Amino acid sequence: MAVPLAHYLTVAAILFTLGIFGIFLNRKNVIIILMSIELMLLAINLNFVAFSAYLGDLAGQVFAMFVLTVAAAEAAIGLAILVVYFRNRGSIEVEDINLMRG
Amino acid sequence: MTVALLVFYLLSAVAVAAGVMVISARNPVHSVLFLILAFFNAAGLFVLIGAEFLAMVLVVVYVGAVAVLFLFVVMMLDINFIRLREGFLQYLPVGGLIGLVLLVELILVLGTWALSPEMIATVAEQPVPAARTNTEALGDLFYTDYFYLFQAAGLILLVAIIGAITLTLRHKPDVRRQDIAEQVHRRSEQAVELRKVQPGSGI
Repeated sequence: MAVPLAHYLTVAAILFTLGIFGIFLNRKNVIIILMSIELMLLAINLNFVAFSAYLGDLAGQVFAMFVLTVAAAEAAIGLAILVVYFRNRGSIEVEDINLMRG
Repeated sequence: MTVALLVFYLLSAVAVAAGVMVISARNPVHSVLFLILAFFNAAGLFVLIGAEFLAMVLVVVYVGAVAVLFLFVVMMLDINFIRLREGFLQYLPVGGLIGLVLLVELILVLGTWALSPEMIATVAEQPVPAARTNTEALGDLFYTDYFYLFQAAGLILLVAIIGAITLTLRHKPDVRRQDIAEQVHRRSEQAVELRKVQPGSGI
């Protein structure tokens, strides 16, 4: 293939780091945190697909598909919890979410 | 430098720039739109590497469903986003440091990765069939070797649907709803009253 495997892995590493960095930067905003998690899952998928293509092994793409499924389910449930929380408390600040602390 | 390499650099540069904008945009609506851009470029990278099916699934599922869901929630909730950005600069140094360390580590580990040719030939669990397109080959796998996992993925989505609906559905007490059981069980005695009406006088 024209593009070396290391290039793909580097792009995925950068995207993954951006996801983690986003969680640190936007400590208060749950929506951005969820988006950062999506970004990290995208980077993981990129790794799976890159290895799958370069090893000539389709199992990686199958697993990337399952990661995609779980990511979609996670986004749906997370946003539903967010909507319910906003309805009850009128805010989505992460620091306010401490109802269940001991 | 080949065309494929150029396209790769273009797609990955836009994807990384969009990722930066996702986490640093002032307005969360812009964040979601940049997330969509990042997904499109990642789909382009998938196409470039020969995973067409996943690229299309990425566009359909992520851009079509997940990102629109995000957009919907961002626009529906009346949130003071300015207040949510407080502390952005306070977390910047430690977050930047951790991110930088992680990035350097990941690039040191992954950036020099090379596969030996004899390993490629022997290690494959599911070798790519020669005469099939990517979608056909993946379909063959999903409905044979990974059938139970495929069904489990469907179950996960079902649980997500039911969970999201039960979480967000609410019954307001002052709304009159149709009760089909009550309607079906209604008898004619409850609904119709027969009166003898004398001629010339009202009821």
